[in-house]
Amino acid sequence: MLELKAISKRYGRRLILDQLDLTVKDGEVLAIVGPSGAGKTTLLRCISGLERIDGGQISLDGQVFDPYDNQDKDSVIGVVFQDFQLFPNLSVLDNITLAPMLALKLGKAEAEKQARALLKRLALTGKEALYPYQLSGGQKQRVALARALAMKPKILCYDEPTSALDPDLRQEVEKLILGLKADGMTQIVVTHDLEFAENIADAVKHVDALPEAQ
Amino acid sequence: MDVLASQWHYAWQIMPSLFDGIKMTLSLFFFTLIGSIPLGIIVGLGRASKFKPIRNILGIYVWIMRGTPLLLQLIFVFYGLPIVGIVFQRYDAALFAFIINYAAYFAEIFRGGLQSIDRGQYESAKVLRLTYWQTIKKIVLPQVMKIVLPSIGNEVINLVKDSSLVYVIGLGDLLRAGNVATARDVTLLPLVLVGIGYLLLTAILTLIQHKVEQHYSYYK
Repeated sequence: MLELKAISKRYGRRLILDQLDLTVKDGEVLAIVGPSGAGKTTLLRCISGLERIDGGQISLDGQVFDPYDNQDKDSVIGVVFQDFQLFPNLSVLDNITLAPMLALKLGKAEAEKQARALLKRLALTGKEALYPYQLSGGQKQRVALARALAMKPKILCYDEPTSALDPDLRQEVEKLILGLKADGMTQIVVTHDLEFAENIADAVKHVDALPEAQ
Repeated sequence: MDVLASQWHYAWQIMPSLFDGIKMTLSLFFFTLIGSIPLGIIVGLGRASKFKPIRNILGIYVWIMRGTPLLLQLIFVFYGLPIVGIVFQRYDAALFAFIINYAAYFAEIFRGGLQSIDRGQYESAKVLRLTYWQTIKKIVLPQVMKIVLPSIGNEVINLVKDSSLVYVIGLGDLLRAGNVATARDVTLLPLVLVGIGYLLLTAILTLIQHKVEQHYSYYK
């Protein structure tokens, strides 16, 4: 279970998140919705350790932790970025095996075995040797998902997973997220698409823009 | 026919001294690259770092190296540093001056390359638990290399020709070998051969550059 208590975040003098509370239960899908500029992505970046929080407390399974400094291999929070951020210089397979080999110290054979299983599951078999530029948007997203899953994350975060894709791929993303939920994966999805949020989420968190003058 | 034959004969006669010169040119060239490219990467990383003091100190270094003639730097290293007790042999002085000079140019090229890498690449590496150096080595540098290759190639070809500046501290390179022969024998032929020598060297380097660029063309 992930718990955020009274989280605050500012950029310079601008307050983005003010005393925000949030709980994500294990195996649950939480959607974070709100207008653009409201701080949804900032919240996700705080949870995934890309931004340092200015106030409040984050705890995972009852243990207080700071995602920003946390290097513990057992409490990985995976992220699927809006623009995927695959490594263009690495093949699909190497994109997925790089971190398990370097950070989790898996052997090459073991890392590749796990990567191939993930690729199979995400209908990417046969794409192992391709480079990111050779993939479609939907394929890139699934590779990004496989790469995040290979680190065996406790929680998986998505930043606007439907916005860089064709509208008709939205259902595919819904299926992916619900498929992982069936496996018990805890997921946090930032989206501005309310209908999409309804379809996937067990709980919805609204984040509203704070008044400008601070 | 006789004139042509005697010219051939003369060219053969001076060839050994020209080859000695080429050896010096190539030796300076290779060892400068071996020293200045890694140093340039490190300085480039420092120039792109978050710590302002490091950025500023390296900025001054780059300013001095790019802001004064290489010829002047050679003279300072060989004739100037002994005044403060640092004595280099001629060849070492030349190598030292070339390495710190070219490292500054390479650093600026690498800084530009580093800054063109999307911040998201560092972020995705961070959430995947890669360390800074793992990120640099596996993700950033391979991409930077591809971006900077054309500019690096340019500098490498400049270096071949810049190496001729070492005459000023009394080292005998290709151009100096030609100059000596020209002055002694009152003919331009040695310098023509010198020109051809530089052209051959740069042709080979251009070919190598092309091959390396091809090597990096497996992705976009």
